[in-house]
Amino acid sequence: MDDHPPGRVDLEPCDVFMPLHLRLKRDGTITHVGPTLRKMRPEDDLLGRSLFEVFDLKRPSGAGTLEALTDGRSHRLQLQFRDAPRSALKGLLVPDNKGGEYILNLSFGISLMEAIHDYDLSSADFAHTDLVIEMLYVVEAKTVILDEWRGLNARLQSAKIEAETQAYTDTLTGLRNRRALDKVLQKLCDLREPFGLVHLDLDFFKQVNDTLGHAAGDHVLQVAAQAMIDATRSEDTLVRAGGDEFVLILPGVVNPGKLMDLSQRLIRRLQQPIPFGADLCRISGSAGIAVSLGAADASPQALLKQADRALYASKGRGRSCATVFSSSLPPLSAE
Amino acid sequence: MHGLVNRAIQCFIRDTYGTPIWEEIARASDAPVAGFEAMFVYEDAVTDRMLDAAETVLQRPRETVLEDLGTYLVSHPNVEALRRLLRFGGETFLDFLHTIDDLPRRAALAVPELVLPELSVVDAGCNRVRIGCHGDRVGFGYVLVGILRTLADDYGALALLEYEGDGASEEWISVDILNAEHTRGRPFQLAARI
Repeated sequence: MDDHPPGRVDLEPCDVFMPLHLRLKRDGTITHVGPTLRKMRPEDDLLGRSLFEVFDLKRPSGAGTLEALTDGRSHRLQLQFRDAPRSALKGLLVPDNKGGEYILNLSFGISLMEAIHDYDLSSADFAHTDLVIEMLYVVEAKTVILDEWRGLNARLQSAKIEAETQAYTDTLTGLRNRRALDKVLQKLCDLREPFGLVHLDLDFFKQVNDTLGHAAGDHVLQVAAQAMIDATRSEDTLVRAGGDEFVLILPGVVNPGKLMDLSQRLIRRLQQPIPFGADLCRISGSAGIAVSLGAADASPQALLKQADRALYASKGRGRSCATVFSSSLPPLSAE
Repeated sequence: MHGLVNRAIQCFIRDTYGTPIWEEIARASDAPVAGFEAMFVYEDAVTDRMLDAAETVLQRPRETVLEDLGTYLVSHPNVEALRRLLRFGGETFLDFLHTIDDLPRRAALAVPELVLPELSVVDAGCNRVRIGCHGDRVGFGYVLVGILRTLADDYGALALLEYEGDGASEEWISVDILNAEHTRGRPFQLAARI
């Protein structure tokens, strides 16, 4: 053949169309190696060797000759290089009727990404009509977009958490609010967890508000909240239930003596005069204590009522003290 | 306008001129100061207000702002992903130009909601290519000039670009490739990330 276009003497159509192909003799000996395969393995490592020696034939398994594989027609194969990198390949084996040889065209299939990385392949290593480049583009574009979605989801999630926290927070003191109180109490009762509950009322708060103004009142509430934070653990829930009313929920703390101790310490701390500008605000506190031992019938309403009754008793005893609920306490006047 | 476009403008201003300038432009145009979400679609008006504000604050004509945006999109490390996606468009700069009419379809393959103007390519011979930008909003052509000028460098080609002008709904750009292999360009490996 001397009618090749100049400069194209070495251009084999099969190499251009199928850069990942092998030509095989009837007995499986490799007689020709496509250009991209030559980039993956030195040509000398392949030429003259048997297909079955170079590759581990995954499917169809057991066949030892090409005739058995193709049955005279084309056949789909799954193979893997025996030496490293042990790239997996899919192949189409076709008898070449003219030469009595076989053509095996290979493709990376789903392991394309690893192969491109392992052999540093470029677009020139694939046929121009191959969809490999488009596939790589889609994979990369989808990865970028997926990262965007992931980032968006993370931002929405933290915004949701922040909104939930805000919904359960008393903005003045930073403590939980009434909504949080109901939720936490219900949860503890549902889980039948033992806990102590202290209902704390500030005494003389109204006087501070009336004589020194709302700004002073707000300041006092903030100082009182800080005193409660200082006196409790991080796992305790501190609630500003309304005006000058607070509820402390202490999971696992059911010893009445301990709860009394905590309440009295807190009251003493509240009694320390609170400076506000040139003035000194003087308040105190009264507390009612109730305990849930995790009984099946524990209800938030019943416990809050018990703490209320104990608080009412403290007020009756002249304020600035704490009382643990017992059934012998006088009932609330409304009852 | 798609959030990706608004975010591109936002990141360009922030990465080029600094966060305080971005915040000034965002406040002036009533855009979200914390930034756009790339996956949301916003009303077109906010994009126009943002570009108006950018002209005023940066004291640059809109064409320059848009062309600089194009340059930013294919050169800044923060948006390297986009440069890579564009480089999938062809092995050489000329290949890239010849398939640039595929760009809106390529974009839609990744983000179906992203609507880009239709592009057309006319081979004017002698390594000269004319690119038409057909959309209802003029301005994308300037962004494209910035993108193409920078991509030519990226491919290592020496090219002369000219914004030919705009009609009612189209803009034309001419590209003369003086030397396709002027420099080695920036490397592009198929397997950059795995």
